[in-house]
Amino acid sequence: MCKYCETQAVIILSSGRKLCKNCFIRYFEKKVFKTIKTFNLIEEGDKIVCAVSGGKDSLTLLYLLNKITSKRRDIELSAMLVDEGIHNYREKTIKDAKEFCKIYEIPLKIYSYKEELGYTLDELLKKTKANPCSICGILRRYTLNKYAKKLQATKLATGHNLDDEAQSILMNQMKHNIEISARLGPITGIIRNIGFIPRIKPLYFMTEKEVSIYSYLKKFISEFTECPNSFDSYRTDIRDILNSLEAKYPGTKNGLVKSFIEMLPILKEKYKFKSSIKSCKVCNEPCSNEICKTCKIIEELKLKL
Amino acid sequence: MQIKIFIERTNKNLDLEIKDTSKVIDLLKSLKIDHTTVLVSRNNELITEDINLNNNDNIKILSVISGG
Repeated sequence: MCKYCETQAVIILSSGRKLCKNCFIRYFEKKVFKTIKTFNLIEEGDKIVCAVSGGKDSLTLLYLLNKITSKRRDIELSAMLVDEGIHNYREKTIKDAKEFCKIYEIPLKIYSYKEELGYTLDELLKKTKANPCSICGILRRYTLNKYAKKLQATKLATGHNLDDEAQSILMNQMKHNIEISARLGPITGIIRNIGFIPRIKPLYFMTEKEVSIYSYLKKFISEFTECPNSFDSYRTDIRDILNSLEAKYPGTKNGLVKSFIEMLPILKEKYKFKSSIKSCKVCNEPCSNEICKTCKIIEELKLKL
Repeated sequence: MQIKIFIERTNKNLDLEIKDTSKVIDLLKSLKIDHTTVLVSRNNELITEDINLNNNDNIKILSVISGG
């Protein structure tokens, strides 16, 4: 039973607190809005582009951003979807995203790997044995940043949740990629640069299960789908380890992310002079080397053709 | 007692015989599923891990794993 109103609970939080549908929705929205306020994720005059996939995280984020911005005339909100070209998966989420944006009257732009790079992800993966998530991640970040700039965004909002961040922190820690960890956090980028659109993650402190319950109760999507390429990656192993620890020791992920947040200012300070941003010689997008990772992938895959 | 289960991630329907005093958490443990990775519904209403199951329950187990 709910701790506050004695009706049927829909969740037991990691603190042990039980909440019913209405109390959970209030708790969830309050916590997301607090994250936005505490980390100053949204400012007056912002033009926010929300990256959507049509999945539970991004539609929940878009709904909440719309709830805020529809009351504010000084902030603009639109959505952007990157169609990687993943057969039997992306078609459905694109349909969900289109329907959602139509209902809430949010402008939606769709960009695809096929149009941008000449190949769908499915086609690219046939030409390489590289990890699908690594390739897709690099290409998606590139596409999102490029088109967020074209749309003159001041912020790019993404649906990353507590689970995503806990996984990234642990992966970077175990691979000794501390400099990459310095680029994490509710608002990303240790260096302000004209080429990078700052990224905000309002769902930063919400667990994947909490986001799923919220989107289920709000009826945003009919079913939860998992990317067919996401099996057997390093991230999925880390995800399974964290989930198993969370089941045994509730609050593990929250503790990991909160500890990281306390250390983040030190990491940012340590690496602020080490990272220098250049422009890619091929595409002119910001990168840390002479040629960006996206152009390297494309060049490499073309050679393999 | 007897219950019907649908596991969305594997698209499997199961008929299971379980102990009369079984809770949702016991069912998930027997299926080797971490409760943090799923939502469980009975008659399309979400239920928590500590809820007792009843004879002839229709249970849906929905995976919360991200789609990317």
